[in-house]
Amino acid sequence: MTGEASVAAGSTIDALGQFELHPVLGSLGEALRFSQSPLFMLIAVVLVLAFLFIGMRPASVVPGRLQAAAEIGYDFIHDLAIGTMGEEGAAFFPFVFALFFFILAGNYLGLLPFSFTYTSHIAVTLALAVTVFVISILASLRFQGLGFFKHFMPAGAPVWLSPLLVPIEILSFLSRPVSLSIRLFANMVAGHVLLEVFAGFTIMLAGLGFFGHILAVAPIAINIALTALELLVGVLQAYVFAILTCIYLREAVAH
Amino acid sequence: MHRTPRLFLFAAPLAAVPGRAVAAGMPQLNVHDPLLIGQVAWGAVIFAGFYVVLSRSALPRIERVLSNRRTRIQNDLDIARRAKAESDRASAELLSTRHEAAAQARANVERIQNEARLSAETHARETAKRLEAEVANAEARIAQSREQALSSLPAIATGTAQNLVSRLIGEQDEQTVASAVKRVSA
Repeated sequence: MTGEASVAAGSTIDALGQFELHPVLGSLGEALRFSQSPLFMLIAVVLVLAFLFIGMRPASVVPGRLQAAAEIGYDFIHDLAIGTMGEEGAAFFPFVFALFFFILAGNYLGLLPFSFTYTSHIAVTLALAVTVFVISILASLRFQGLGFFKHFMPAGAPVWLSPLLVPIEILSFLSRPVSLSIRLFANMVAGHVLLEVFAGFTIMLAGLGFFGHILAVAPIAINIALTALELLVGVLQAYVFAILTCIYLREAVAH
Repeated sequence: MHRTPRLFLFAAPLAAVPGRAVAAGMPQLNVHDPLLIGQVAWGAVIFAGFYVVLSRSALPRIERVLSNRRTRIQNDLDIARRAKAESDRASAELLSTRHEAAAQARANVERIQNEARLSAETHARETAKRLEAEVANAEARIAQSREQALSSLPAIATGTAQNLVSRLIGEQDEQTVASAVKRVSA
């Protein structure tokens, strides 16, 4: 075995190990099935709530910096929710707000070293997407009754096409939670795998002596750029999730 | 050890990523892991708690602050608008009052000027009348004195003529002298 081959084989980059779940708090965590994933959910929720409560504590007419930030967060989601769903959907605004900030905080917390990205687990994103799906179906039935099922036959389409159109519409409707969850999950996993792979390159190159030390700078530079990209992807995916939720709920309430 | 590291750069991901990933599988898909289901259950609880705190406390609090601000700004605007309307009215009132006062003052000035002119005219007329009367009076008196003077002239002339005649000729013929004087003065 040549030198490189032994290095590559000896220290393979474990790009997926970061997604493994480990119980926290020892045997208590094991018994309660409490891994680092719910721990970071808890941290994210506490951070968001602390941001809102501490920010809004002055409740002044002329806001300070933190209060202005909290108000901007509120206005951003409020405009998104009401702008998409209309006033009929105002009841769903807290839900959309919770979704957006839960996902955003998860995405951003995951970028910190030694942390865990709970949005990189398909189980979590699927649970969120199914929650959206179920709520939109319940809201549809609540607001439209059985007229909700008329949407599976597009208005104005020729009747003889219905054997083709109705299954397609049902399929596209049922694929919503799948696409919603996989989009977020795949983005987070891809980003973190890339970060880990390039970080691994740095360590491997550093083991190659002088030239390796020089070349090892390149993956670090790439990782810095990737971190910036991940900051964009994190907020973008949270926004996409929130706005798709708003669109699904708009179809439920505004027809 | 002396080969170029570039070859290694290409070899590394091929060797590293798929090997381990395929062999171990993604931890996210390991459905037998009790922690995987556990995180969903815990996540549901945490998310539900997050939602409840947001919808019951955090978001209404922000909404209250924002709506307070909106109403306060609206109220301030209303107050400002009312104050502006009031000041506009006051200034219009002031302007009209000033106009009125100016008009009144002009009227007063005119009236007083008229009065002064009238009184001056009457005064002048009265003075002229009085002077005319005085002039007429004086003329009458002059005429009377002249008449008197003229009426006493024959007697004086007769007396003077008789004196002269008596001194010249030593005789007195009053009748002749008087008729001569009368003839001359006539």
